[in-house]
Amino acid sequence: MVRRLLFATALLTAIWVPAAHAVEPSERLADPALEARARALSEELRCLVCQNQSLDESNADLAHDLRVLLRQRLLAGDSDQQVLDYLVARYGQFVLLDPPFEPATYLLWLGPPLLVGGAGIVLALRARRRRAGGAPPALTQDERARAAALLGEGV
Amino acid sequence: MIVEIGHFALILALLVALVQGTLPLLGASLRSRPLMDLASSAALLQFGLVAFAFAVFMHAHIVSDFSVRNVFENSNTAKPMLYKVTGVWGSHEGSMMLWVLMLTLFGGLVAVLGRSLPPTLRARTLAIQGLLGFGTLAFIIGTSNPFARLIPAPLEGRDLNPLLQDPGLAFHPPFLYFGYVGFSITYSFAVAALIEGRIGAAWARWVRPWTLTAWCGLTIGIAMGSWWAYYDLGWGGWWYWDPVENASFMPWLLGTALLHSAAVVEKRETLQRWTVLLAILTFGMSLIGTFLVRSGVLTSVHSFAVDPTRGVFILVLVALVIGAGLVLYAFRAAGLETGNPFAPVSREGALVLNNLLICAGMATVFLGTFYPLFAEVTSGAKLSVGPQFFDATFVPILAPAIVAMVIAPVLAWRRGNLRAALHRLLPALLGALLAPAAVLAFHRAAPPAALAGIALAAWAMLGVLADLADRSGLAKQPLGTAWRRLRHLPRGTWGYTIAHFGIGVLIAGIVVSSAWRSERIETVHAGDRLEIAGRTLRFVGVTEADVANYHAQRAEIVVERPGSEPLTLYPERRWYPVAGSQTTNTAIATNGFGDLYLALGDPDGHGGWVLRAYYNPLVPWIWFGAILAALGGLVSLTDRRLRVRLPAARVSPATVPAGSADS
Repeated sequence: MVRRLLFATALLTAIWVPAAHAVEPSERLADPALEARARALSEELRCLVCQNQSLDESNADLAHDLRVLLRQRLLAGDSDQQVLDYLVARYGQFVLLDPPFEPATYLLWLGPPLLVGGAGIVLALRARRRRAGGAPPALTQDERARAAALLGEGV
Repeated sequence: MIVEIGHFALILALLVALVQGTLPLLGASLRSRPLMDLASSAALLQFGLVAFAFAVFMHAHIVSDFSVRNVFENSNTAKPMLYKVTGVWGSHEGSMMLWVLMLTLFGGLVAVLGRSLPPTLRARTLAIQGLLGFGTLAFIIGTSNPFARLIPAPLEGRDLNPLLQDPGLAFHPPFLYFGYVGFSITYSFAVAALIEGRIGAAWARWVRPWTLTAWCGLTIGIAMGSWWAYYDLGWGGWWYWDPVENASFMPWLLGTALLHSAAVVEKRETLQRWTVLLAILTFGMSLIGTFLVRSGVLTSVHSFAVDPTRGVFILVLVALVIGAGLVLYAFRAAGLETGNPFAPVSREGALVLNNLLICAGMATVFLGTFYPLFAEVTSGAKLSVGPQFFDATFVPILAPAIVAMVIAPVLAWRRGNLRAALHRLLPALLGALLAPAAVLAFHRAAPPAALAGIALAAWAMLGVLADLADRSGLAKQPLGTAWRRLRHLPRGTWGYTIAHFGIGVLIAGIVVSSAWRSERIETVHAGDRLEIAGRTLRFVGVTEADVANYHAQRAEIVVERPGSEPLTLYPERRWYPVAGSQTTNTAIATNGFGDLYLALGDPDGHGGWVLRAYYNPLVPWIWFGAILAALGGLVSLTDRRLRVRLPAARVSPATVPAGSADS
């Protein structure tokens, strides 16, 4: 969070942020597979009291509590999705750094493909306009039908 | 007293800016030479006044004049001198001063270097720059006065945020702002061209070097910021897609697109409209970035609403600058295009493709940055958009741009031959296939995304090398001829080669460091050993000391590696009593191919300390790559200088005194 806050020397005014520290050794689970899942989950979850930091990187007390909490859920046998659902039920969508695909985020997730599609259309139009500008006048309906027939025969 | 003179100079600069922004515009439309010539003098005077005010402000910081509120809030007598100086731009007021200093600097540079420009174009460009200066100065004087007094003066100041008391961050803002604000001049050029209603040869020749200058500054600024984040924050991350990072990345992306389309305008006299639009939007993004960072809207919509004066002021400024630019564009742009034709497969075509991909990538970053704000305002829903979103969208959009980046320079202008181009790039194609295969042979578990990234990096690096070899005729000519040809390649070609190679290096650094990072986080006691990445870390212990304005806890760690000398590293924690905050000072040992990264965590109260050790392979390449990219830009700039000046030198062969060499 700190870095982000301060990156552009921007919010530098009188904001004080503790040095960032990730997961603590004392929180760790004995089972490496479970611990790996916990780490992966904590990277997808937001430290709610921080500016913009995942649970995995934050040293805020709340982040510590949530790291311990999600490990408890995993020990209790929850699946990854159940842990996420549990936290969303408690803290709302805000806790998810990786926003799920749902009505509120349709625009977010569909935006980039639409943008690329738009760029593609611009390119295609440009190419067509150029071709149209450089080419002899367009064929009439009749000519086009004849050309199609000729081409069809040629194949 | 001197502080009041500085304040007065700032107000005077505001008035000069008003003159600079109006009379020369009038003069240009009336064809009145004296009114037009006013622009240059006003630009220089405005720069002089702002520089003086800035110097006064800096002086107040250096002598710790706590009767100035800003100095009291951001300085302390015990603060080292370096940070008294760099602390000048560590606060909101100070960074706005730096902003306007850069703005007037660029205006002054155009006044001095632009004597060969057509008089109306020069007058209009400087007038627009003057209006930008007027807006910024009005903002500073109206809402963020750096010279506000505090009576009675306190004896001691509150000290600067300790995170800013670091060399990396101390010099990051000047570069960043140089770039950010540097794009103001391309904006002014673009708006001037729209007012003129035409784009002449002078315009085309001028825009690219200015864009390049600003772009180099921004590249270095962003790289420094990310480097600082990497070594200062104690967990080795270097980019998080945070709004503040995105605020500087968006103008960089558009600036990159602008750079390349300006090259097309210069070489081929086409794409003028698109270039003007990019120039407006690039500076628009710089302003939006400023708004994001300065208004407090980042923290939450509500904190913005609590004290909206500054935010609203900047928002109005942003709307005016972008709005005026776009309205002018809508009415005048049609006449700018000469539209020299080119085939879809041509260097122009590839550059257009890349421009569009970069813009789509920029728009994606914009969407992700503003979406939480948008959602909160429209539906009240609070949601987060984290790095996962950007990784999933931005990376796939930019990857094809990197593929095209290698092909474009090999294609001919107007009409290219893709098959011939790929044939010339055959070595790079082979490398892009072999490099991931070789990695896979060693690391069977390598993630597919990392392998794709390695292919991309190899393609980018080998692609420019293949093109360079081809241009020098290395394969067909004797070595001596090839060497001579290489030496006589234009600087612009060298610039492109270095910069594009740098992008390849950057990608390699990003991919390898993210995919093969190793981590050990343990509680250690004196004498404990820890293994990481083939190295043994021996924890000797922690010593405490009072240094300057902080208290340090310093760990001593001996790094042993079979076959090399042991190395001692000292990661630190610092406590700043005046500011009341704790910072981490990591210790990093690098060999250029990987970093051993140590950060000291909290004590456990029983003599144990949390130690975070990371090995980040190839992470230095991220910054090597960025430095190469900026260096490439600088090399290209030297080319431009020579070409712009040579004809002038021929006109007057007499020796020119050094002082007038830059006219």
